[in-house]
Formats: sequence, C-alpha cells, structure tokens
Amino acid sequence: MASELLLNDPRIALVGNPNCGKTALFNALTGSRQKVANYPGVTVEKREGLLSTKEGNKLRIIDLPGTYSLRARSVDERVTREVVLGQLLGESPVDGIICVADATNLHLGLRLVLELKKTGKPVILALNMMDIAKKRGYEIDLNLLSQQIGAPVVPTVAIKKNGITNLVAAVQQEIDKFSKLNTQNSIASTWVEPNSQDVRAYHKEVERILNESKRKQGCVSAFTQKVDKVLLHPVFGVSILLVTLFLIFQAVFTWAKIPQEALESSFEFLQTYVASVMPDGALKSLLTDGIIAGVGSVVVFLPQIITLFLFILLLEDSGYMARAAFLMDKLMGGVGLHGKAFIPLLSSFACAIPGIMSTRTIENKKDRIVTILISPLMACSARIPVYALIIAAFIPSKTIFGFVNIQGLVMFLLYAGGIVAALIIAFVLKKFIIKGHREPLLMELPTYKIPNFKNILIGLLERAKIFLKKAGTIILAMMVVIWFLSSYPKAPLNAIKPDIDYSFAGILGHWLEPLLAPVGFNWQIAVALIPGMAAREVAVAALGSVYSISGSEDAVREGLAATLVHAWTLPTALALLAWYVFAPQCAPTLAVTKRETNSWLWPTVMFLYMFSLAYLGAFGVYHLSNYFLGA
Amino acid sequence: MENPTRLSSLKKGQKAQILQISETNLNTESPLPAGELERRLLEMGFSEGSQVTLMHEAPFGKDPIIVLLRACHLVALRKKEAAAIMVNLIPSTV
Repeated sequence: MASELLLNDPRIALVGNPNCGKTALFNALTGSRQKVANYPGVTVEKREGLLSTKEGNKLRIIDLPGTYSLRARSVDERVTREVVLGQLLGESPVDGIICVADATNLHLGLRLVLELKKTGKPVILALNMMDIAKKRGYEIDLNLLSQQIGAPVVPTVAIKKNGITNLVAAVQQEIDKFSKLNTQNSIASTWVEPNSQDVRAYHKEVERILNESKRKQGCVSAFTQKVDKVLLHPVFGVSILLVTLFLIFQAVFTWAKIPQEALESSFEFLQTYVASVMPDGALKSLLTDGIIAGVGSVVVFLPQIITLFLFILLLEDSGYMARAAFLMDKLMGGVGLHGKAFIPLLSSFACAIPGIMSTRTIENKKDRIVTILISPLMACSARIPVYALIIAAFIPSKTIFGFVNIQGLVMFLLYAGGIVAALIIAFVLKKFIIKGHREPLLMELPTYKIPNFKNILIGLLERAKIFLKKAGTIILAMMVVIWFLSSYPKAPLNAIKPDIDYSFAGILGHWLEPLLAPVGFNWQIAVALIPGMAAREVAVAALGSVYSISGSEDAVREGLAATLVHAWTLPTALALLAWYVFAPQCAPTLAVTKRETNSWLWPTVMFLYMFSLAYLGAFGVYHLSNYFLGA
Repeated sequence: MENPTRLSSLKKGQKAQILQISETNLNTESPLPAGELERRLLEMGFSEGSQVTLMHEAPFGKDPIIVLLRACHLVALRKKEAAAIMVNLIPSTV
C-alpha cells in the first residue's frame, strides 16, 4: 500500500545551529513538497518534506529547530534532541542525520557534529555557504576533515542548489552502508549531556580537527561590518529601526490597497451574480448574506497580511531581526522582558498566533508566559478591518501640520495604545505576579545577506494558507451561525420592528445591552461582538449582516461605513475602537495559549485581564469623548 | 605582560584573549543553576584561548554589547554575563 511504503521510506533529520542556512537547504532539498504540522503534545512545528533520489528512492526530510547542542534548554531544542535520539513518542527513530554547518563559522557546527556522532546514527556534514567562505579566504581540506570526523562531508550552497545532488547521494550511500553494517539497524547511542568540562573538551577536539584539516581562517564579512557600523549606531541605528517600523505600517495601508479593492469588487460581483440567478429563499440568503459576504469581507484583508509578513520575513531572512532584538534589549529589559521577546511581539502585529508560537525561542518559562500574555495586545492584522471600517466612517481624512493625516494618526494611536498597555502589563506581571529573574541574552548575529526570493515565497504561501484556512473554516462556520442567529426565528407577518429584532441574535443582543450600555454600545454592536469572539475580523462581517439584514434597501446600498455614521455617535465609535485595542476577541489566540502553556490558567488570566482593560478603556473613552465633544 | 580584566569592561574596538570563563567572576549572582551560565557561554563558542573584539555597544547605557568571537562570528550578550569572562587585553599594534 502506498501509505505503508511512505512510512518505510528512510527518515533523515536536518540538524544545525541557528542561522546556518538550514531552512534554505531544506527548501532546496524538498522544494514545494513540504508539510507543516505539530509534534504531538507540544506545539513545535514539524516540517517534513519528500525527496526523490536519482535512483527513484524516496527520503523523508525532517527540518528540526536550530540548536547549539543536544542539551535541550528550550522546548524547541528538546524536540530536536528527542527526534534525533528517537525518544519522541509516536515517531519512529530517524535513519540518518544531515548536520548543516555554516562554512564561515565552522567551530560551533563541528562541535554539534561531534555530539551528533555519539547518537550512533549515520551523520553527513553539509558544509553550507561554501561560496561565501571561499570568497572570504576560508580554506579547508575536505578529505582530511571527513577522515577526522569520520563522516562524509559535502560542500553545499543551499540557495543555488549546488552540491544538493552530491549531498543526496552521500546520504543514500551512508544509510546503505549503515544498514549493511548492522542488521539491528541501530548502534546504541553513547550520548550523555555534556557538562562544562565536556564542552571545553569538545572545543579542544574541534581545534585539533581544524588544525589537522589544514584549515585557513578567513576574515569577517566586510559588508556586514560596514552595514553594522550604521545599523547598530547608537543614534542612527535606533532611528533607522523606528523609521523601518513606520514604513512597514505605511506600506500595509498603501501597497495593499490595490489588490484589496480588486478582491472587494470581485466578491461584490459574485454576490450580485448569485443573487440574480438564484430563486428567492433561505438558500439564497444563506449563500449571499451569510457565506459570500462573510468570507469575502475577511479574504479582502489577505493583501495586508501578506504585505506585513513579507516585511517580517525580509527582516528575518536578511539578518536584521537579531539586530533589532539587540537594539531593543535595554528597553525591553526596562519592563523585565528579554530582547528576544521583541521578535514574537513584532510578529504579533501580524497575528498573535504565530507570535505566541515563536515565543518558544525564549528559554525562561516566566519570561515566555509574560510575552505570551501581552502578545495579543499588539494590534494584529485582524484588527485592521475593524479599525479601518470605523476610521473610514468617523474620522475625516484631513491633513494637519502639513503632512499628518488624521486617519493615519488615529491608527497610529491605536497601535501605540496597545504597545503602551502591553509594556505596563508586562511590568506589573514581572514585578508582582510572575516574579522571576531576567534570562541572560546570548544571541548570535547572522551575517547580512540578500533575502532569498524562493524562501520568502515559501514562507508567505505558508502564512497565507494558514490565514485562509482560518478564514475558511472557523470564520465561515461562524458566519453561517450568525446568519442563522440573525435570520431565525422569522419575524411574524405583520411585524412592525425590523426582522432581526425577532431573531436569536436580536434577543441575545438586547440581553447583553444593559451590560454594554455604560460603554456606549448599542445592541447591534453587542450582537457583532458575539461572533467576533471567533476572530476579530468577523465582527465587521457580523455588523454587515446585522445592519444589512435589519436595515432598509438604502442602508445596504450605502454600504456599511455610511450606515454606521448614522447609526452610531462618534463617542460610541471611539469606544468601540478602544474596546478593540484590548478585548480578547479571538478564541484561536486563547486556544493557542492553552496549548503553549499547557494549562487553562494562562488563557483564563489572559481573557480576564484583557476583558477588564477593554471594558475600562471603552468606558473611559466613551465618557471622556462625550464630555469633551459635548454630545 | 598579563593584564587580566573582565570582558564587560572592554572598550569599543579593544581586542583581548579569553583567559578564563567562570561564574566566580560575576559581580552579581547568576539566577541560573550553578554551572549553567558557564556552559551556555561555552556552547556559544566562548572558550579559553580564543580572541574577542568588542564591536558594538547598544544605545541606552552601552548594554548589551556585541563581540566578534574568533574573528568569525558576532555574539550579543549583556555586560552582566560578560563579567564571567576574564580576558587579557591585546594591545593594539602601534
């Protein structure tokens, strides 16, 4: 059977230091035939790809999180160790290991090779970035090196596919050799956790091997040194970082506009088309008002998400992300956080879910929990639809001081509000609740390189797929539910009030109204907040449904933004914006938090503190703006 | 000409050779279990005998710092932990 054959294919683990070009090599080996899942029990991403050799054999390549040793200080590194040692439940042991080492930073790579050799598995050393190493004057006798470490050595240039064929051939050969050598198919592992004296001994051994292999030390990248002089400059460095972040915001709002409008009009077209060909009835209403309108209003934000992730991936791939963490370390330290928390928090601007998942690189558990708890306060892309809708409807597009657009300014304030609240919450948590020491910072800064188009593309497609899956499943389901709730039970024939007043949604909204009245919300908002729990952006679609179903023909034609201007006062709109800065309006975030912390305590804490902030924030904004605007 | 000092007190651009990595050199107590910081520094590539150059200091209090280790890789660390590393200053050639 096909599935059985697949299971019997040799499994090869890809292990290496962070920044050694391992993922680029993985992409070169497997191309688009990749699968991303989770390891059971933990949420470390499991990346597997399929590779066909020249002889027609299949190899399953597993890309493991980067690590400096098998000692496993973080969850990520533990997965690497368990996969390599075959200790992971439900996973058959790997048949071989490709250790990827950066040829310009061989020392740490070789130390890892020495540890991996002790696992008793076939090890193949892939010397990556050989072209760069040569240019920078590094030389080494590969045959001598191979003899010294007792493993095949293959030079590769991952991004150029050089040496990939040789690498595959070497892997195949080594596995065959090993399986002939021992019929049990495994040599006992002699790996034990090294103490500091052992690490010193490894270093000595590496020095010896490098000497024996006639290694010639090259020089550091002159380009990186020149660029760092500017980007890490105490004044220019910080300014450039801030300007970069500002430009990213700008790009998300301007670049993404064109494809966004195109998507918008195609969904509108589809809606009109379906409405024109279908007979009136429940099914037509479900399709046009429920499904097409719901999914459409979410999918149109894909361009913004892709733009934002494009920048995050570019920053990561170019090597700038680590510099940003370095520059931010002191500031983050001011509220008791690790410089490494900067990366998950920045990612949370796109979506808190990958952000929370990327906190795995923070070794200290307390630091990690604080970072997870504040991640959803970063204005994620799902808030953009809500912000954009309300801003477009209520904030005039005027320019003040010659260059500041008020709409842009309000957007900036919403982002800033989330960040400031996050810092305060982090400070309070670290000071009083999750007390703990500050984890040491020890971070390698990769050499700058031009981001690889293919790697960025693969990363973007992966994120787009995740977003669309979310939109396609949870959100679609929620839209059908909201459509049902707002359409049934049907209004009586001689109804005076709008139809939705008789539906479940109307009943629920009216029931919640007294609770939300003090913050200026009407029952329509209360109804929209319920499905908005599934994902923030759903609230827009829900408002659309609520208003278009309950409103007149005119309201539908004028569009949601125009409707809201008449339906809400300015203080109500501002209060809803404040609500959205803080509110825990995202069930997937809470679910991921539960999984990542392996406890219901932290998602509960997250929900409660965010809900309180949202209520207080909206309450304050509503009453202050009522007072000052005299409404 | 031995002139031992801590890595944390190097000035920008100064070059030194690592003499010893030990938590006993720390000014403040390490919150990690005994031996853990030493091990992490070693795993990051700091080892007795290798050369370091202080390349960059972060804004806001010149902390953390970035050192060039073994003339091939850049590592960022805070001064607090850099204090565990005793170095011998290599005078710049005049």
